[in-house]
Amino acid sequence: MLIPKLAQRNLIGAGARTWLNVVTTSLALFMIVFASGMYDGMIAYTKRVTVATEIGGGQYWHPAYDPDDPFSIDDSHGLLPDELRQIVRRGEAMPILVVQGAAYPAGRVLPVMIRGIPPQQSIIDLPTQVLQAQPDGALPVLMGQGMARLSELEKGDRFVLRWRDVHGSYDARDAEVVGIMDVENFKVDLGQVWLPLELLRTMVDVPGHATYVVIGADEALTAASGEWVPRDHIFLLQDILNAVKADQPYVWTLYGLLLALAAMGIFNSQVLSIFRRRREIGTLMSLGMHRGRVVSLFTMEGALHSVYALLLTIIWGAPVLYLVATRGIPIPYDGADIGIVMGQRMWPVYSAGLLGGTVILVALIVTLVSYLPSRRIAKMNPTDALRGRAA
Amino acid sequence: MIRKRMSSFLLMGVLGATSILRSQGLTAAQILDAVDRNLSSDNQVFTSRMVVHGRRASRTIVSKSWVVGTEKAFTEYLSPPREAGTKMLKVGKQLRIYSPQTDRVLQISGHMLRQSVMGSDFSYQDMMEDQSLQEAYHAELEGSELLDGRDSWVILLTAKKLGLAYPTRRAWVDKEWMLPMKEEMYAKGGKLLKSALVKEVMNVQGRTYPKVWLFKDELKRNSRGTEWIIDEIAFNVTIPEAMFSKAALRR
Repeated sequence: MLIPKLAQRNLIGAGARTWLNVVTTSLALFMIVFASGMYDGMIAYTKRVTVATEIGGGQYWHPAYDPDDPFSIDDSHGLLPDELRQIVRRGEAMPILVVQGAAYPAGRVLPVMIRGIPPQQSIIDLPTQVLQAQPDGALPVLMGQGMARLSELEKGDRFVLRWRDVHGSYDARDAEVVGIMDVENFKVDLGQVWLPLELLRTMVDVPGHATYVVIGADEALTAASGEWVPRDHIFLLQDILNAVKADQPYVWTLYGLLLALAAMGIFNSQVLSIFRRRREIGTLMSLGMHRGRVVSLFTMEGALHSVYALLLTIIWGAPVLYLVATRGIPIPYDGADIGIVMGQRMWPVYSAGLLGGTVILVALIVTLVSYLPSRRIAKMNPTDALRGRAA
Repeated sequence: MIRKRMSSFLLMGVLGATSILRSQGLTAAQILDAVDRNLSSDNQVFTSRMVVHGRRASRTIVSKSWVVGTEKAFTEYLSPPREAGTKMLKVGKQLRIYSPQTDRVLQISGHMLRQSVMGSDFSYQDMMEDQSLQEAYHAELEGSELLDGRDSWVILLTAKKLGLAYPTRRAWVDKEWMLPMKEEMYAKGGKLLKSALVKEVMNVQGRTYPKVWLFKDELKRNSRGTEWIIDEIAFNVTIPEAMFSKAALRR
């Protein structure tokens, strides 16, 4: 117990130098936890919203369906295979039909994707029940806030919707906005208008057809789906996962810089400490302390910085992190502008792995940078050290 | 090609028309035959301007076209500089575009056919429609109307088969000039989608011929449409067959 006690006493005795290093390390620790928490929170939120409002438990796609290829979408629909028809009948899934069209709000033209969805569905979290309304002489249309803003439409407004039927003939009718949904997933909002599925099937003259099938969040994808292609979460969330992967090097660079900031301070402090305390080192050795124990003493002094930094972070950082976690951080811009799904507030997620991992990582690096300069002590001659000479 | 498309609904004749304008003793088919004789030629070469009226400004696109029958057309854009050198080749059902910027030939198909031509009120599909209206539409003579003070026959065309872009059309044919002076194109549900209006005519090689057309997407409010002006036109000239080869696009 001699070494820990001695290390602690020396560290506190060093005064401002110690506290400066502790504060720097604490800031680095806080920033890593904070940034990682925000990042993880954003990813978790995006996944949660995407699953809830768009992809459910997974999807089955018509063999020709490719949402990234607008040229093929109008040909990407067909009758459901028996297996899918059965799970739809059981209420475990719902079909969606996608048709390209054009909206003419206030006489302007906007290309839109017309999506037919069963109004009574409960598979995804969209307020499609409003589509059961039957406005006089108009098609009932549900759209997101972003689309409403873009088209300058409000609930109850009418506009002309134009599309082509399966044979290629143009058709157009008045449509009425029966609902505007507050949805944070721009993929179901911008450029999208939602209509009752059966109505859209009639409009396009494709009875029983669908473009894809969404299964309930608790349902599992099975291989037996005719020629329709099962798409699981890994595939459907690929965009998000790829974005995370692409961001990873930048995130690690940021953490590296923060850790380097803390580590350099401690390393510098250790080098200076060993230089200035040569006589003390010589005295300890002369009194019989083994070189290894002297190295351990100095290493522990450095490593204790991380302990103090952790305590300091708990005192000031934990309340801040808690506050952010409970209140979130308002986002001043729309995620759709930068092509990501995000809410109006960002909510961090601090996992045990993140907290524990960050503390261990910081402690290891601080210990390492404390040990490296201390190795010089092993080479010191006690008599030189007593005279104040370096090794 | 646009001119061809505009006149095609009458050029090819709606010979299956059955209604009779009793007062004049003419059937819809006879009227359309007369229009056909007035407009048709084996081939044409013309220079034209397409004036696309936007909300804030207008753009003028100049092009020269070589047309043989209803199957072959070659167009080269001459100005503005951004469009100059762009070429378009239509042979039968195939439409290809050459862009000098990318030095590539692109076949326009599928959904791309629904895109606007140079930002105008015309889609590539509108330009591609060259099927015989005789086979595609029933014609019915609805009566006579004054159009800009000139007496015209009104002919209603309704699709005989599925798959036509415009299931219903209505045309106003000038009784003196035997020219289709106005056409309206309707959606399946009856909503007016597009219109074409001849604003000016000219005399060419002894015949009265449309000079300025105005095309409009009628669903766009306050749209000033797209004007199409023929500056020069020559009928029945010799056009080399090589003009309609894919290789001609890169020349």
